[in-house]
Amino acid sequence: MTKPLKRPPKKDPQKRTDSPTLPPFARSRKAIAFTTMAAEGRFALQVCSECKHISYPPREICPKCWSMDLQWQDIENGGKLISETVLRTSVNTYFRERMPWRVGTIKLDAGPTVLAHIHGDVGEFERVRLIARTDKSGQGVIMALPEKETPNMADDRQLRALTCDPKYRRALVTDGRTELGQCMAKALSNAGATRIFVGIAEDWRPYEGSDELAAIPGVEIMPLDVTDTISVNELAAEMGDKADILVNTAEYIRPGSPLDRHGVTLARDEMETNYFGLLRLMQAFGHVMRSRGADRDNSACAWVNLLSVYALSNWPVYGTTSASQAAALSLSQSLRGDFSGSGVKVINVLFGPLEESWRQPLPPPKVTPQRLADTVINALQEGIENVTLGPVAEDVVRRYRQDPFVLERELTQLQMGMGV
Amino acid sequence: MSENNALEILTGALTAGQIDTVDLTHTLDPDFPVIVLPPEFGQCARFRVEEVSRYDERGPAWYWRNFTCSEHTGTHFDAPIHWVSGKDLPNSSVDSIPTDAFVRPVCVLDCSKESAKDEDFLLTPKFIKNWEKVHGDVPGGAWVLMRTDWSKRSGAEYLNMREDGAHTPGPTGDAINYLIETRNIIGFGTETVGTDAGQSTHLSPPYPAHYLLHGANRYGLQCLANLDLLPATGAILVCPPLKIKNGSGSPLRVLALVARNTV
Amino acid sequence: MVAGAVTIPYERYSPEPAHWWLARALSELGKENGIGPDDIDGLCVSSFTLFPDTAAGLTQHFGINPRWLDHVPTGGASGVITLRRAARAVQSGDANVVACLAGDTNHVDSFRAMLTTFSRFSQDASYPYGSGGPNGSFSLMTSHYMNNYGVRREDFGKLCVAQRTNALKIEHAMMKKPLTLDEYLDARLIADPIVLYDCVMPCAGAEAYLVMREEDARAKNLPYVNILSSVERHNSFPDDPIQFRGGWALDIDEFWTMAGVKPTDVDLLQTYDDYPVICAMQMEDLGFCEKGAASEFIQGNTFTYDGSFPHNTSGGQLSVGQAGAAGGFLGLVEAIRQLTGTAGGNQVKRAKIAAVSGFGIINFDRGLCSGACLLESS
Repeated sequence: MTKPLKRPPKKDPQKRTDSPTLPPFARSRKAIAFTTMAAEGRFALQVCSECKHISYPPREICPKCWSMDLQWQDIENGGKLISETVLRTSVNTYFRERMPWRVGTIKLDAGPTVLAHIHGDVGEFERVRLIARTDKSGQGVIMALPEKETPNMADDRQLRALTCDPKYRRALVTDGRTELGQCMAKALSNAGATRIFVGIAEDWRPYEGSDELAAIPGVEIMPLDVTDTISVNELAAEMGDKADILVNTAEYIRPGSPLDRHGVTLARDEMETNYFGLLRLMQAFGHVMRSRGADRDNSACAWVNLLSVYALSNWPVYGTTSASQAAALSLSQSLRGDFSGSGVKVINVLFGPLEESWRQPLPPPKVTPQRLADTVINALQEGIENVTLGPVAEDVVRRYRQDPFVLERELTQLQMGMGV
Repeated sequence: MSENNALEILTGALTAGQIDTVDLTHTLDPDFPVIVLPPEFGQCARFRVEEVSRYDERGPAWYWRNFTCSEHTGTHFDAPIHWVSGKDLPNSSVDSIPTDAFVRPVCVLDCSKESAKDEDFLLTPKFIKNWEKVHGDVPGGAWVLMRTDWSKRSGAEYLNMREDGAHTPGPTGDAINYLIETRNIIGFGTETVGTDAGQSTHLSPPYPAHYLLHGANRYGLQCLANLDLLPATGAILVCPPLKIKNGSGSPLRVLALVARNTV
Repeated sequence: MVAGAVTIPYERYSPEPAHWWLARALSELGKENGIGPDDIDGLCVSSFTLFPDTAAGLTQHFGINPRWLDHVPTGGASGVITLRRAARAVQSGDANVVACLAGDTNHVDSFRAMLTTFSRFSQDASYPYGSGGPNGSFSLMTSHYMNNYGVRREDFGKLCVAQRTNALKIEHAMMKKPLTLDEYLDARLIADPIVLYDCVMPCAGAEAYLVMREEDARAKNLPYVNILSSVERHNSFPDDPIQFRGGWALDIDEFWTMAGVKPTDVDLLQTYDDYPVICAMQMEDLGFCEKGAASEFIQGNTFTYDGSFPHNTSGGQLSVGQAGAAGGFLGLVEAIRQLTGTAGGNQVKRAKIAAVSGFGIINFDRGLCSGACLLESS
């Protein structure tokens, strides 16, 4: 049974903070495809289109029939631990610092044998379920979990190295004026975050839910306006070294395509929040977060961006907002580059129309702020980096995977009943 | 008295310390509130600054910044062209307003007690006439400032927004008409975020100060501070806005010259 | 047909490149056998750390113009496989005298660097899991093997202790301190169930030998041995979920039939011994005992050069160190010495037939290359 994680003590100010070290990051191009799916929480292996043989490790050719047509498919994740070891030495510094480390050989029901990290609650020769996740170097790895949930399972130290569990961590929610920000703060509190800093812009304007927000256990209201560099920098100076998780809930959305708009003022406001706001947060919080990727049990672990799915492909009904979201998505990719090597994950949640005032005329199905907040918590607890939320977003992403250029055509053709 | 003599007297008084230069301006600060309009309207930009360099690799020996804001951010000047009623008037933008408007005598109507009691206090002709009984008529061409001590408020109290909008004092249309038509003032200023009351959208005409002042080619000042340091009469207001081409207004430094011991 | 074995004394760490170690092996080969650049017309090389060179670049470096050249990348199986390649070349007339060289350097940190980029499958699917390197892979095989075939730590310990006993006679052995079974059983765990004494010490070193026709060896008055049989196999039993046997099991019949001898005719065995579990597998798969009888077989023999069933008489890699690809030559070179009576203090008396086995390239979860040969003294 996993020993429950204890709340990390206050930091000894005389002790040096460990620099982040990494598990091996070198991978073949095919293995990066595995990583990409692991980042979505998918356990997928290559399946031969011709003979259906499932193969692992990632390769170019089917070893049974020599077909080159190997497709990544989600695979039944059950299997049996057939051999295991506890490594007590390693040539890799990251593992060396974390010895002992349990790994084992699993025979999958689906066929192949894989090497995997083994959860502490898996018994000898037991059945397991496999998950694929990204590790601290951002590469996909396989971990074997007990077939059924066990007490304090998430606290297993090898599993926690793959996740961004809010438990005993401190989080910053960048905008608490909205229902989304408030749901997010509440969800983080429920998930065991010890302190939740919630940014409030323009406190000279009242907002709904302010009293309830302040009453959430662990919540500390902080002045933060992502459109104001000074404000962002001041907050970072005050609590930047305590942001283990940053959830950027700040959003500026207005309907309208370029021709619906008169001038660039609104578009600039969108960029100020959605793009420059994100950039300001990155510049203010990014350095210290990336230096704290190995800072004990409550290390910095995740930067969460909430983005409209139309960041992927422009929907002219919200044309200029989509453009600013696309800019934000691009910036977020760049942050992945800055954070690679830090062990801090960049989690992007692409969501469909949110149930909130600026999307009021849009037809259902919509995503409630509560659901979006719950989804973020799940992504953090599971360590998933790319999340798609809601039927609309899932539809757009599916089409995007099929052909982004066809999707572009589809989205830019006359929209019916969208209340433009 | 020749022009030269007048200036000699003024500079003499200034150098002798007989005149206080009172700053009526709020600091331009990203945190300072701006007017909030219904969200589907365009909004007044907040004051923002971004560093260009600070003795660093972007400019080793110098510090400078870009700032952005609206023409109506912070302590600011409203030109007639700001309002639809003044859109076709001559010399109605900040760059074309005759500069003599920027240095004028100033009268201060002290409504602070009334505003403390009633946050929706409205300045009426009757109030002005009562004031004139004590201080004499408002002279022609003067600036008239409405003191409410609102500038001493901060944060949420300043805009005083509630679900039905802002609650801040301001003038009635009649009061503005009286000042324009009977007293021929050059402009009207307030401590609040606009020259009109918070609830003035419900007056007739809506936003009477804006509508009437600018329709008559007069000017506005808002977000003023330190009006409690001014005498009811006798001070000189100095309020030149930035010379922005076709500008509807401008943040500015507003000063008052006050003879010492006249408060 | 095979002659002139040389071993360059190993060093734990060396600042010299692999080129230096291979060159030194060639130079020694020349000195020992009285040959120079003009006397060889074939070259076969095995090395992990020779980058950016291969055997081709070495011909210019070494001042030779061979008419036959090969570079063998099979690691622990390279001794046997190099022998097979060279012997076929000589047999078919493509070459008369082939110098077979294996060597690697070991800089501080070069072992880690080699593991990091060892192979694509290892890089993608095993190295990220704790980076235990071969310790990790072999611990999983060992654990599975022990569970399924009843082999105990005492059995592995006995092999390790015997090899250490053999190594005490070897001047350049890395490990020269006597080892007892108790010390083995109490040793520090490295990757359960593997302990410190199950692991080889990476080091720098080189091994070499010559392949030529029997009459040429006789003409040069060189001691030599003859090849009775040899086999090789790669990626055998790919559907075994975990490795418990090697390619030998596929080729065992051909192996003995070709040689015309029986396992009981063998005077000494040299197995590839990066971990004792592999020694046990080789004993089974080559037919010295039944599958699953390794424990009994081990308890029934001493494995020392002066006892029953002499095994890894030079101490093996477990005691003399693993000099990269030279580890794949170690057993073969030792067998040549034993069969030519030039072994020294660890000489097996009346050694006539030797079996040499190789195993190499731990890719992802298992060793891919296996080979074996039977040699006879002249």
